Amino acid sequence: MQKWLEELLDVLPEKQIMTEAADRFSYSFDASFGEHLPEAVVQVKTTEETVHVMKTANAYGVPVTPRGQSTSLSGGPLPVKGGIVLDMVQWPEKIEVTPDDLIAVVSPSVLTADINKTVEPYGLMYPPDPSSAHVCTIGGNLAENSGGPRGLKYGVTKDYVIGLEVVTPEGEVMKTGGRTIKNVTGFDLTKLIIGSEGTLGVITEAVVKLVPKPPAVQTLMAVFDDVETAGQAISQTLTSGILPSKMEFVDQACLQAVEQYKPIGLPVEAAAVLIIELDGHPEAISIETKEVERIMQELGATDSQIPDTPEEAAEIWQARKLVSPAIATIKPTKVAEDATVPRSQIGPMMGRLRTIKEKYDVDLVVFGHAGDGNLHPDVMCDTRDQEEMERVERAVAEIFEAAIDLGGTLSGEHGIGTMKSAFMEQELGATGVDMMKRIKEAWDPNNILNPGKIFPEQGQTRLVLRDE
Amino acid sequence: MSNETSLKDALAYDKTFDCVQCGYCLPACPTYETMEKETHSPRGRINLIKMAAEGKASLDDLKEPIEKCLGCMACTTVCPTDVQYGDLLEAAKETLEKHETKTKTQQKTEGFLFGSFFPSSSWMNALGQATWLYQASGMQKAARALRLTSMAPLHLGEFEQVVPAQPSPKERKARSRRVKPDGTPAAKVAFFTGCVMDSVFFETNQNTVELLRLSGAEVILPENQTCCGALHAHAGKTDMAKEQAAANIQVFEEEDVDYIVNNAGGCGAKLIEYDRMFEEGTDWQERALAFTEKVKDISEVLVELDGLAFSKDVPKTITYQPSCHMTNVQRVTRPPRELMESIPGLTLKDMDNPGFCCGSAGIYNIVNYNDAMDILDVKMADVKKTSPEAIVTTNPGCLLQMKLGVQREGQGESVEAVHLVDLLMEAGPRSRN
Repeated sequence: MQKWLEELLDVLPEKQIMTEAADRFSYSFDASFGEHLPEAVVQVKTTEETVHVMKTANAYGVPVTPRGQSTSLSGGPLPVKGGIVLDMVQWPEKIEVTPDDLIAVVSPSVLTADINKTVEPYGLMYPPDPSSAHVCTIGGNLAENSGGPRGLKYGVTKDYVIGLEVVTPEGEVMKTGGRTIKNVTGFDLTKLIIGSEGTLGVITEAVVKLVPKPPAVQTLMAVFDDVETAGQAISQTLTSGILPSKMEFVDQACLQAVEQYKPIGLPVEAAAVLIIELDGHPEAISIETKEVERIMQELGATDSQIPDTPEEAAEIWQARKLVSPAIATIKPTKVAEDATVPRSQIGPMMGRLRTIKEKYDVDLVVFGHAGDGNLHPDVMCDTRDQEEMERVERAVAEIFEAAIDLGGTLSGEHGIGTMKSAFMEQELGATGVDMMKRIKEAWDPNNILNPGKIFPEQGQTRLVLRDE
Repeated sequence: MSNETSLKDALAYDKTFDCVQCGYCLPACPTYETMEKETHSPRGRINLIKMAAEGKASLDDLKEPIEKCLGCMACTTVCPTDVQYGDLLEAAKETLEKHETKTKTQQKTEGFLFGSFFPSSSWMNALGQATWLYQASGMQKAARALRLTSMAPLHLGEFEQVVPAQPSPKERKARSRRVKPDGTPAAKVAFFTGCVMDSVFFETNQNTVELLRLSGAEVILPENQTCCGALHAHAGKTDMAKEQAAANIQVFEEEDVDYIVNNAGGCGAKLIEYDRMFEEGTDWQERALAFTEKVKDISEVLVELDGLAFSKDVPKTITYQPSCHMTNVQRVTRPPRELMESIPGLTLKDMDNPGFCCGSAGIYNIVNYNDAMDILDVKMADVKKTSPEAIVTTNPGCLLQMKLGVQREGQGESVEAVHLVDLLMEAGPRSRN
């Protein structure tokens, strides 16, 4: 047995260290591409255990890749350099709510949706709502700085974390931030760690900020016969003094896929629909609903629907939820992108996407959180078709270029991981990437924590989705 | 190359691509919760099947994760991409079964169990009768006192303690195979009696026939029916399961009935999928389809006939443990609840997470006893929070498991586990007309 494994066994129960092939295979993948076999899967349940794992790994130079439920779409939890997959899911779940401070202290294994369930009885809300909230852990959300539809009004994960407990790559325990809303003591290491994709530290506890739960919500759906008008409607709404909690965009290809998958009477002739949610005081949203409807109609929406009951509203949101499974029936492999542009550029971005779709002859569909410029252009393909995958690689590269061209970013919410590292310099420039690398080197001198992510490997200049 | 291709075919490799590894199945999987690793989750298993088909993992790597799957199919109800997990699981089981080298004794025992025991009504009757003799003669008491049964292999002793009182052989023999309602029949139904139901829960089967009769149905119990084949299929013995299916299709074709009724969630789930066991476009598949179209759970038929009125209050608080196969495969969820709601005086208190398997899962609780008890402990913790006087189920396996759960919790005196059919009988059912 490897020396480092023996040392891990000094402190951790045997059951929490797995080296059988079946177990290693089971922690070799996420929801993106590729599989990478770790040498061992180690489950930690306390800060002390985490410290021991990091100290040992650091001493022996063994790579460590932290992992939640592995719903990542960018390769964050893939152990690309082997070593240890650090499974955080079995950590005892803890959600300690302090209603008077509007905060909750949570353990990394807590499912994101459970935070909301726990704080709701206090009339509070934890806003970030990635669509996998009922599956993914808060630890993974913190590492990836996850977003979600509500990002439009409420922001994303990093906007709700005010304190952390972190085990550093060298196995030291560090606290950042605290329990206060305002805090300018020193560098904001909390924000540095959120979204660092598990490359700077293992998050073992977080203090999250809560907001009062809005007393009412109202959904509205507007139908458009061209995509650019839908784009205009978004900007027009957002400059009219109204800030909806969600503004989701679904294109015609998605509408048709959903309707084919489960007929619910969607306007399949439409070029696009916007699904909008307003939240707040019932009287305020009743006025805002009328105003938004007026804006939609003035801009030329062909139809708008305002559901009367929560059930009818749920049906409309169901259509948005069904997009993912429905498009999976087009082709089995999904390259899920999240290129994001300034809101005024949604129209032009839609045009660029259409050109890319035709140029590379790929099944490209677009939906997403258009209100914050965060589109999801997904390319549906089949990994078994090497020729098609080559075209997909080029199409995706061009999507990234288009987003950067229009003043946007490679990734709004999925993270860089292994999928987008080749394009970092295009967006950040050589100095930008270099400064990030220097931070990484200072934090993790032996480069053991989630190596092979964010920064391109030597010679890695493009996206590869095939076995080469 | 041809070996590789055939392994890919055998493991239904192409179907693994439907899984996009989103992980939505993880919170639904009982074994992921109790065994605490991805290896024992649907996503992990599908990935291992794929790896084995590609020759990266060995069949040996696949063995334990597949054997430890309950087959409860809860994952299929939350899967956003409609992965055919049942097909993948059965393909994996069949492949493992074919590649397995077994000892002579193992082969003999399995040959007897699956070849003669479950399919044979006379064996199953004998089991019921032996159980009756055992209980009636006082041997049970003596054996329990001597703790003989706790020494039996496979923990059968624990199950033995919860088996209900058995009717005498005379009562069994006296059962009529054709029962007519009082007036003009509202429907003609054939009753699929099931193996375990008809031996261990004979009384429940009698009550099933009576409820159908009171609802205005003519009930036929075809004599040569055999095991549904579910236990064979779960064990990877697909060919044998197919033989059972063909035999049943033939027997039930003989009578022109409106429904083929069963009262065992697990059997019903197999019966309703008979058409998928035969090749598309064949004569057998067509016959199977005609069969499956008539398959219904007793609760569905009772609701549809709507012929019952209840004369007695049942002032009890109950909780309902739905059968996984009834919920996730047959997708029958409303009718049992409607029936319970119609019982006067009854209070139904739902437990947290009723869809979480109880750990019975066919013969899983016999072959994977410890794992099944871990799952049962989770279930009983949820049951206890509702403080019920009875736990109601719709499948013999679940019923035995819940009885065992109550026993393990030391609540044998205060909480009973009953089949829905028996609960309906308590309410003094009468013909509405």
